[in-house]
Amino acid sequence: MNAHRTPSLERQRRRAAWLFLLPMLVVLAGVAGWPLVRTVFFSFTDATLGTLDGFRGVGLDNYLWLMRDPVWWRAVWNTLLFTVVSVAVETALGLGIALILNAHLPGRGLLRAAVLIPWAIPTVVSAQMWGWMFHDLYGVVNAILLGIGLIAEPRAWTADPDLALPVVIAVDVWKSTPFMALLILAALQMLPRDLYEAARVDGVHPVKVFFRVTLPLIRPALMVAVLFRTLDALRVFDLMYVLTGNSRSTMSMSVYARQYLIDFQDVGYGSAAATVLVLVLAAATVLAVTLGRVRVDAGG
Amino acid sequence: MVLKRIAFGLLILGIVVWAVFPFAWAVITSLKVGSALFTVEAWPSQPSLANYTAIFNEQPFGRNILNSLLAAASVVALSLGLAVLAAYALGRVGFRGRGLLLFVVLGVSMFPQVAVLSGLFELVRWLGLYNRIGSLMLSYLIFTLPFTVWVLTTFMRELPKELEEAAMVDGAGPFVIVTRVFLPLMGPALAATGLLAFIAAWNEFLFALTFTLTDDARTVPVAIALMSGASQYELPWGRIMAASVVVTVPLIGLVLLFQRRIVSGLTAGAVKG
Repeated sequence: MNAHRTPSLERQRRRAAWLFLLPMLVVLAGVAGWPLVRTVFFSFTDATLGTLDGFRGVGLDNYLWLMRDPVWWRAVWNTLLFTVVSVAVETALGLGIALILNAHLPGRGLLRAAVLIPWAIPTVVSAQMWGWMFHDLYGVVNAILLGIGLIAEPRAWTADPDLALPVVIAVDVWKSTPFMALLILAALQMLPRDLYEAARVDGVHPVKVFFRVTLPLIRPALMVAVLFRTLDALRVFDLMYVLTGNSRSTMSMSVYARQYLIDFQDVGYGSAAATVLVLVLAAATVLAVTLGRVRVDAGG
Repeated sequence: MVLKRIAFGLLILGIVVWAVFPFAWAVITSLKVGSALFTVEAWPSQPSLANYTAIFNEQPFGRNILNSLLAAASVVALSLGLAVLAAYALGRVGFRGRGLLLFVVLGVSMFPQVAVLSGLFELVRWLGLYNRIGSLMLSYLIFTLPFTVWVLTTFMRELPKELEEAAMVDGAGPFVIVTRVFLPLMGPALAATGLLAFIAAWNEFLFALTFTLTDDARTVPVAIALMSGASQYELPWGRIMAASVVVTVPLIGLVLLFQRRIVSGLTAGAVKG
């Protein structure tokens, strides 16, 4: 701090800071903190949507039932599979697109504008668009694949239990890869140019430059992007709900929890499922921060 | 070398087609009516705007758009107002617990919406907001507020120290510094952050699905997701695609117009390793 700032001035600034923070903190406590506390609380009761104020405690019963429900485990498995596969594919594709965008090739502006389109489209809309394209009778995907002879008969893409989850993953990859590409591109653009000049003068192979120079340098930014996408994928709801409804073959943990909370009006049990989802996300974050050494900081 | 260029060109073309085709197909489908919907053809032989007129005349889609606009605009205005003050405190004043607060703010933006659903439902019902836009204005704050605080904090940090010191020498208090000195400089940052928060609110589905009941109260994503035909097995694909095109065209326009700002806004909070 500068010398001409008197201690009392600094104290005044600090007091103002807390005053400025107060409205935001009150709102967050109201819309996030309190509802979360209530959800955790409800998870130990038999509350239903109709009797939110008349319920009794049931201890850990909801959690015990949850652990014994094969549909729940299917939802856990679906969510984890969806997360791992889609984030991995999006990272690889995003990295590729970012590298193309970063190289000075013709058609770069067109490409950047084009990949922004999937990102701008609401998830619900993209789910409907792809649902129509994957339609079993009138869908363009079946028509094209039949036309070039890749399949012998039309497939029921979203109804077939073996195909539905891959379809959901494919739609997510289409929608979210641009986000990955843009974040990685931003990291690439911050790299010092002279480093590459030096590598080129020394005649190092581009592939080697990528693995030895580029990848280690963008690793911190890449890890943050992967963490953001992972947390986003773990709580996926819209895509499954619109594309395949409450179908068990694709149901995510969020879809499962909402089905019990709202459709079956079993707030206690649904809250237990939602609470477990929060714990999974917390575990993923802790894992990323400790093992992956991801540092997230507002402009540190 | 020439071969390499052609290969790269094809690769870029392939990615562009992959990115754009689904939307193009939605546009084409939206122009088809009747049996034309059930034949796969690149362009309808008799293009028609009937689907577009139907969603506005036979369904309250105009009302749905208004609902979405109202909910998203008010929640963005409120978030930006709260976030500017908070961002000054978090970005420019050193106090104990600042790191923890930033972590909490980020944590809130990350946790699953379904986790607050029952608590929020109770709150919404208690406030008498069920099936009203107010319920969405309340619940959307959970993701727009942390996001705007986070991005504006990174921006506040980068404003020059000299500006603030000069104002302090002139006897300006913190509130005057924020509103008179910093706010005029933050136009671009507010626009980019506001736009991203607006898109997030405009696209929100889970809360809107849960806290509204009737057709009139629905927002655009819910209306598009729940659009149904005469029977359960007969989805009105032409209308669904028409509605999709109507809400997506302005978004794509905005995004392409503000390309650079959006990219910098997205990366402001995320990529600082």
